[in-house]
Amino acid sequence: MSDEKEISEQTGTSAVVNHAESSVMGFTDKDCPSLKELKKTAMTVRRHIINMIAEAESGHPGGSLSAVEIVSSLYFKVLRHRPLEPGWPDRDRFILSKGHAAPLLYAVLAESGYLPVEELATLRKFGSRLQGHTDSTRLPGVECSSGSLGQGLSFGIGVALAGRLNNKDYRVFVLMGGGECDEGQVWEAAMAAAHYGLDNLVGVIDHNELQIDGLNREIMNIEPLADKWRAFGWEVVEIDGHDFVQILDAFENAKQTKGQPTMVIARTVKGKGVSFMENRVEFHGKAPNRDQAAKALEELDREAKCLN
Amino acid sequence: MSELASTREAYGKTLVELGGQYPHLVVLDADLSQSTMTHYFAKHFPDRFFNCGVAEQNMMGIAAGLASSGKIVFASTFAVFATARCFDQLRMSIAQPSLNVKVVATHGGLSVGADGFSHQAIEDVSLACSLPGFTVVVPADAAEAERVVRLAAETHGPFYIRLSRPVTPQVPHNGQGFVLGRATTLQDGSDVTIITNGLMVTRALAAAETLSGQGIECRVLNMATIKPMDEEAVRLAAKETGAIVTVEEHLQQGGMGSRVAQLVVEHHPVPMAFVTVRDVYTHSGTPDELLQEHGLTSSGIEKAVWTVLRKKRS
Ligand SMILES: Cc1ncc(C[n+]2csc(CCOP(=O)(O)OP(=O)(O)O)c2C)c(N)n1
Ligand SMILES: [Mg+2]
Repeated sequence: MSDEKEISEQTGTSAVVNHAESSVMGFTDKDCPSLKELKKTAMTVRRHIINMIAEAESGHPGGSLSAVEIVSSLYFKVLRHRPLEPGWPDRDRFILSKGHAAPLLYAVLAESGYLPVEELATLRKFGSRLQGHTDSTRLPGVECSSGSLGQGLSFGIGVALAGRLNNKDYRVFVLMGGGECDEGQVWEAAMAAAHYGLDNLVGVIDHNELQIDGLNREIMNIEPLADKWRAFGWEVVEIDGHDFVQILDAFENAKQTKGQPTMVIARTVKGKGVSFMENRVEFHGKAPNRDQAAKALEELDREAKCLN
Repeated sequence: MSELASTREAYGKTLVELGGQYPHLVVLDADLSQSTMTHYFAKHFPDRFFNCGVAEQNMMGIAAGLASSGKIVFASTFAVFATARCFDQLRMSIAQPSLNVKVVATHGGLSVGADGFSHQAIEDVSLACSLPGFTVVVPADAAEAERVVRLAAETHGPFYIRLSRPVTPQVPHNGQGFVLGRATTLQDGSDVTIITNGLMVTRALAAAETLSGQGIECRVLNMATIKPMDEEAVRLAAKETGAIVTVEEHLQQGGMGSRVAQLVVEHHPVPMAFVTVRDVYTHSGTPDELLQEHGLTSSGIEKAVWTVLRKKRS
């Protein structure tokens, strides 16, 4: 997508949320939600994910739910972005490399104001902008088409290099899966990003220990994961991927790191927030049926009430 | 038409039988064994099953090494990843040395549905056919898939077998007698020939039935083996019916239709029409919606038949 084109298309819509105006980090006190609000938003996002996938009768709940806190932190606290001006050239970029978590991205984009929340119900339907896996040609705000694993980090390197060439100070965040790290291209990118010293690039691995056929360690062992990234020349931060404070700290740490890219290895639970989906491999790519969806929403409601 | 079954289910079950028959048969998968149905084999023969994780290029390299050391190798993943993702590995490591690797790819074509363009293989047949030495087969139903998989195990050399996600009806008079490289004549006719394969076979037969009611008698060929193609069947279709419509769940370029056209031009030029996906990428939807969008329906086939008939008569 050409930024110029997007900008001209978006002319007239830029009188919108501008998280960038009054702070370096890209969020102001006013815009910056408290921890409690972030937690509430995460619950809302989880509800959207369940509703969307249940309505579509197909999709990937497990790996969408495991990264809710990570992606919510980015969009509601870390990224410098303008939801009504998705092509803003100075925006921070979020690249969803594990494209099967598309419902999560759409939910967060909707809660940020990129698209109407009602549109979420069109997920995976004929003619919808909300494709089964992300399609950057259809929905503004989606930086990169995905669904074929292992390609997002390379794309992110290109975007980060362009930022450097164009004297832009935007930052690039790429979300990957643990199983996705089986792909050779991930490690080609790992080498390249460190080689170019891309400190404007931050990777996050949603390390939920499961892929499709089972546990990472049984299908293809990726450990010791942190040591691998370190050996490739990355700054590595290991965190609990459901703890907002740790997530935000990790991104702050990445910002302070100079001369090398940062990889945040986030320990997560696949299917997080819905008891019967947690750590259950069968909910990688299976939609909840009506009863299951109702039960899931009930659980999430109960959790949300506890936050009040 | 009888009970519904998927070609991938037939593959998974047949692999188990072949595993008992051939002690040197090994199976590889790339973290999709629940969908490609190789999990049945994995359960029966855990020592001869290797899950390579989400690493298709590596899997094809490993397949080549195993085959070069005397193994019959079946390697499975989705059709997009089996071809587009590791094309150079197929070319260098498998095709050129003509190794005994059977790439059995599931989720071919548009009928993958809601997952969207990333998962809809519409160039896979073209890519596979472009590899010298590869035998390329697209079975239409479970019986044919079973037969094709058995023949692949018996026949030395690289294969690309494209299977489908949805369940399909068993096509009458199809499958059991399948011979590699030979088209199956599902019905004879003298006005026009419809050449098709895979999930499009039932749609072609439905179109032929409607057309028959309108006085048009169609020959319907199931061209399951795209490479090597049954030249004689194509030549006779051109000569005896004087018009050909090809129907496939694939891009127009480089698919079955373009191969038929090559033979027709060489042997006996006649009017042709191609019912295919045009030069575009696709998107999410139900299989029926997507096939409808690209005219891959019985009415789309009927329209194409009328077009070639007008040309034939003028
Ligand atoms: C290149 C490629 N191969 C295979 C797949 C099929 N696939 C989709 S998700 C997945 C497992 C991914 O596991 P992980 O990265 O751990 O995802 P998560 O657990 O976060 O959902 C696989 C194999 C794919 N989308 N792309
Ligand atoms: Mg995982």
